[in-house]
Amino acid sequence: MSGERKIRVLIAKPGLNSHDRGAKVVARALRDAGMEVIYTGLRQTPEQIVETAIQEDVDVIGISLLSGAHMAHIPRIMQLLKEKGLTDVLVIAGGTIPEEDIPKLKEIGVKEVFPPGTPLEKIVKFVLENAPKRGK
Amino acid sequence: MFNEQKIKEIMKERERWEKTTVADWLCRMPERQEVFTTPSGIPIKRLYTPEDVKDLDYLRDLGFPGEYPFTRGIHATMYRGRLWTMRQFSGYGSPEDTNKRWKYLIAHGETGLSTAFDYPTIMGLDPDHPMARGEVGVCGVSVPTLRDMEILFDGIPMDKVTTSMTINHPTTVLLAFYIATAEKQGVPQEKLGGTVQNDNLKEFHAQKLCVFPPEAALKLSVDVIEYCAKYMPKWNPISISGYHIREAGATAVQELAFTIYDGIVYVEETLKRGLKVDDFAPRLSFFFALHNNFFEEIAKLRAARRLWARIMKERFHAKNPRSMWCRFHVQTSGCTLTAQQPLNNIVRVAIQALAAVLGGCQSLHTNSYDEALCLPSWQAVTIALRTQQIIAYETGVTDTVDPLGGSYYVEWLTKEMEERAMEYIQKIDDMGGIIPAIEKGFIVREISDAAYRYQREIEEKKRIIVGVNEFVMEEEPVKIELFRVDPEVEKKQIERVNEIRRTRNNKKVKELLEELRRAAEKNENVMPYILKAVKAYATLGEIIGTLKEVYGEYRPETII
Repeated sequence: MSGERKIRVLIAKPGLNSHDRGAKVVARALRDAGMEVIYTGLRQTPEQIVETAIQEDVDVIGISLLSGAHMAHIPRIMQLLKEKGLTDVLVIAGGTIPEEDIPKLKEIGVKEVFPPGTPLEKIVKFVLENAPKRGK
Repeated sequence: MFNEQKIKEIMKERERWEKTTVADWLCRMPERQEVFTTPSGIPIKRLYTPEDVKDLDYLRDLGFPGEYPFTRGIHATMYRGRLWTMRQFSGYGSPEDTNKRWKYLIAHGETGLSTAFDYPTIMGLDPDHPMARGEVGVCGVSVPTLRDMEILFDGIPMDKVTTSMTINHPTTVLLAFYIATAEKQGVPQEKLGGTVQNDNLKEFHAQKLCVFPPEAALKLSVDVIEYCAKYMPKWNPISISGYHIREAGATAVQELAFTIYDGIVYVEETLKRGLKVDDFAPRLSFFFALHNNFFEEIAKLRAARRLWARIMKERFHAKNPRSMWCRFHVQTSGCTLTAQQPLNNIVRVAIQALAAVLGGCQSLHTNSYDEALCLPSWQAVTIALRTQQIIAYETGVTDTVDPLGGSYYVEWLTKEMEERAMEYIQKIDDMGGIIPAIEKGFIVREISDAAYRYQREIEEKKRIIVGVNEFVMEEEPVKIELFRVDPEVEKKQIERVNEIRRTRNNKKVKELLEELRRAAEKNENVMPYILKAVKAYATLGEIIGTLKEVYGEYRPETII
């Protein structure tokens, strides 16, 4: 048995946005890269997402939004993570997020934002390099 | 179409050509790929000849436009008589905002309206529901009450314009808002023309905006079909949609197969209400996507017409030719548009729109070039509309019916699409129908697999997307201005719904909702009860909430 456990990732769809093609494709790519991936399913509140992150003891949360409501939901998720002490979890986001919103998201702790057309390889590499290292 | 002797001669000559001319040329110039395939995975030959269509019987398989099996078009003269309806899917912010944009589009030559509702409306939630936070008016227009619909159509004559509404699980309520608003304008429901999407099944496969579990959702779709068959002769009670299935990742073949299968289910379910097939089938309509592979898309649309006509005639014994018409709206593909070098999208949309017209669509939406970034700006939506007008008035493709008919490649591919779709239809039949297929996750998995395969092909550069995996630019050459919705909309819409709750007759609303609940429990058609409730200004959230108590709620799947 290796001492290192697999990276655990939660792919989350906050709010009412139902476009999950991207979320699922990214989930599969991360799984194919050897990670354990949990998908929340659609229409999760920030509270539910953070609760699942705790329950599943994840290292990474990938938030997908294509509705334009990212500035309503992501800050709330970040605030809840802070309140619950999940400050070492790597948070990334993807979807139709305009360039000018990216610095605002990074300021509140989102490590990277992947716009449409990002190669899967780039996302996988980023997660492998930036996921917090933890023992088993 | 050719006699056997002729085909033999052609075959002999083709073999000679391959051994000599082709072989010589390949020595000098090898082909760019070993295998060429359509995005659905259909292998494409170097050349198509009469050999490939030798089994095609012109009168049986193509026929004449306006006649069975309608492969060449549902109308005798197609665009020589009337152009398709230019119908831009549009909506954002408050009803006032969308009313303004609609009037702009009409003033610039749009010929039909198409409503984009926001997520709370689509999910049957009022703007003050906790889940609606941050979503009101963002992706579409917020219409939680009859008052909002009245504002939306202020100054738009509902007897003159046809309206399409992209609404599914809560269709009954939005249709009731529409009927009641028209009544206030003095237009009775029997005169209203338009379409509600009302394709609740495809929500489970693709769009995933599910409020109710599958059986209740299907029941509500059929309530609308039945109601319209009785009272709204000019209304399309459903738009059986492949668009969302495709955008979720399905191939063109899967889009065709699953859409036609959903159509079969709606016919079967409506027949169970005691209606005759020719009483309602002429008003069923369809909605397809149009992606980049030009010929596969055209073949798909031609195959859809032939397939549906054959199913209606052979499986359901329709007599009225109109029951066999596969009338469809087409929308160019959002997911093929790129955030990188967004002006390139204008070209993609133009090519896709051209294919839609060559495929014989009845109405068309052209996407805006900024779709991968935000809601369409005023400039982007104008260019999208102009694209249709240029195709209609400048290219000459509208001058004859089905100009690609008879192309060896197009006819061969049309037949391939039809046969491959039939294989899927058979598979779902063997599973016991659509509800078991949904419950087993079959369709969702098929679509997810295809989406992942497609993305992998892009990663491996087996598919080139200009500006994304090839011809990439470090700096974006043109900065485009992003369209933003007024952030005050949520507050404004919450205030309006609160005001309505304060000023209406609440005792009456309560009684009407109670009547609705009893009707739903007794499995009656809920449409008449909902119409009464909306006229008393019951809100969308209250009505859908009442139905949820009876039918239950859908829990989203988590299949990757």
